[in-house]
Amino acid sequence: MDAETPVASPPRRPRVVVDEPARVDRVFDAVTFWSGFSVLVLLSIVGLFLLTSSGDSLGQTGLWTFLTRVEWRTDVQPARIGVLGLLVGTVVVAVIAVVLAVPVGVLAALFITDYSSARLRRVLIGLVDLLAAIPSLLFGVWGFVLLSNQMVPVSRWISDHFGWIPFLATEPNRDLTGSMFIAGVVVGIMVLPIITSVAREVFSQAPPGEKEAALALGSTRWGMIRTVVLPYGKGGIVGGTMLALGRALGETIAVALLLPQVPLVSKNILEYGGATVSGFIATHSGGDPFTVSGLMAAGLVLFIITLGTNMMASVVVSRSRSGVGVEL
Amino acid sequence: MAGAAGTALCLNWLVFGRLGDGQGWFALLVSTYLTFLACFFIATADRYGRLVATDRTITVVVVSAGGVVLAALASLVIFILVLGLKALRPGFFTSDQTGITPLLPSTEGGGSHAVVGTLEQTALSLVLSLPLSLGAAVFLNESRSRWRRPVRIFVDAMSGLPSIVCGLFIFAVFIQPHAKDAAIFGFNGLMASLSLSLIMIPTITRTVEVVLRLVPDGLREASLALGASRARTVWSVVFPTARTGMTTAIVLGIARCVGETAPLIYTAFGYDLMNANPFNGSQEALPLFVFRNVQKPDQTAIERGFAGALVLMVIVLALFALARYLGRDRTRRAAPSRRWRPRAPRPTQEVRP
Repeated sequence: MDAETPVASPPRRPRVVVDEPARVDRVFDAVTFWSGFSVLVLLSIVGLFLLTSSGDSLGQTGLWTFLTRVEWRTDVQPARIGVLGLLVGTVVVAVIAVVLAVPVGVLAALFITDYSSARLRRVLIGLVDLLAAIPSLLFGVWGFVLLSNQMVPVSRWISDHFGWIPFLATEPNRDLTGSMFIAGVVVGIMVLPIITSVAREVFSQAPPGEKEAALALGSTRWGMIRTVVLPYGKGGIVGGTMLALGRALGETIAVALLLPQVPLVSKNILEYGGATVSGFIATHSGGDPFTVSGLMAAGLVLFIITLGTNMMASVVVSRSRSGVGVEL
Repeated sequence: MAGAAGTALCLNWLVFGRLGDGQGWFALLVSTYLTFLACFFIATADRYGRLVATDRTITVVVVSAGGVVLAALASLVIFILVLGLKALRPGFFTSDQTGITPLLPSTEGGGSHAVVGTLEQTALSLVLSLPLSLGAAVFLNESRSRWRRPVRIFVDAMSGLPSIVCGLFIFAVFIQPHAKDAAIFGFNGLMASLSLSLIMIPTITRTVEVVLRLVPDGLREASLALGASRARTVWSVVFPTARTGMTTAIVLGIARCVGETAPLIYTAFGYDLMNANPFNGSQEALPLFVFRNVQKPDQTAIERGFAGALVLMVIVLALFALARYLGRDRTRRAAPSRRWRPRAPRPTQEVRP
């Protein structure tokens, strides 16, 4: 510009862009900015407060001790609290839930996108959304009263036939209600709609051209799904799984109803016993400040884990080919 | 197919009848299903070859996965319906638990105190959180501020905050240190609303923001090019376009809030009698009513709990139906040109904890 066209030399200054907001725009900017900013402030206060108030108990116990101690006793002096027993239960329940829910959820999503008619598809999407809207309390109550008893023979059968796998073994004559397995099943049903809807979203975006090409080459429907839809939706499946894992980790009420909430590290997931962080907090309301501070610290640990899982989920989904437009 | 199913059922019936080890319905179900799949595969493979057989067998598996999801939903709804109807009488909405002892039948007494508490707490938390979250959503989507990124990160992070921690937070900030000083900082409905708003703010902000993002930029640019101010553009172009989606998002947010139990344990605390004043004294809410009653040892309390669960489920289903009704595509007849017509956006509430 400068070198070749010396003709149009006079004003070489770039044109000044004037952005003189009208008064109403200034008000608008101020209002939206302050509401956005106050949300930011509010949420960071919550975060900061979590940190500082868990500081009391963490300082007294020591971070490493807190993370590696199983027992939680506030009746002795000094109190011996630790989060390991709770964390193990939380992770075990969430993993059981996700392991059970992922195959069913992905297959159900395939059914919605590639097997059902357009009419049925709309109904099914609505039903899955409905399943997601039902409060977790109702799942918990359902599991507590109905499923808990129905699952006992199932647990017995699994332990009889697969007891050689270490964590599926049970001691004879143990109570099989209130086990982490049953809690996992209930939480699994609870996270089913999350997996289904994320997977459905990515499957429905699979490029129709490639699908038609697969079919035109003589592939069966399953061949088409295996070669086009599933590879395309891989990122979505992984992301949806992690999202569901995050949800399962934070699940409170159902596990508070189902598990005895006594911290322990046990490898027998089919037996009575187990505790999760959120369930434990829910069943220990109204303690002295130190207990509350300890519960806060436990909640903080859980929050950090959930946060990590959710963030990884969104990274995985947005990096994958299918997940660009998917809103988590 | 029917043949394969019949074969499988008979085979298993035989095996289980003979062996009779009484392992319950699950073992029968699993082995019948597996045998059925095997029979089906063999039969199809015999006639059409392995490729087709795989395809058909997978079809069966996929359809049954859909069936499992439907069965879970149906089982839940029917179970709560059946048990809830046993104890639900019109009196549920007019009386509280005054003078209720475990020996009285579950049809006595009611949950009016819980219904009132839920309504008040939900309304209060809506009043507290709606202006903030709408403002924040507009801020995230319509402004050019440098602060958008941190706000979005925080909102995303906080939507993963376990709900029980919200309740614990309010408890530790207000109730524990200040309950002795003033009744307003004791266990009461206001505290419950505060903790519920902590859950609602990220949820509503996120969903409304998604809906606003779906408004085509062309509309905004057209409005600005005509000389409208940005405030006018948001008010007269963006909001009307996104209205259905925003309403749906808010209604789903309310539905979520109504069924939330965990934060109430530390804030509303629960109470067996009517307390219509959300600013003083512990208050009941429907989820708490269900949660506390179901855990009691006596059968009548459990039945009462299920009556409450049924009411809660009906409220949530009604809100869900309302959201669907509001979010339906009304623009189809009005605007035949599909080019710019904004899709009535479905909020993504369901995929987020």
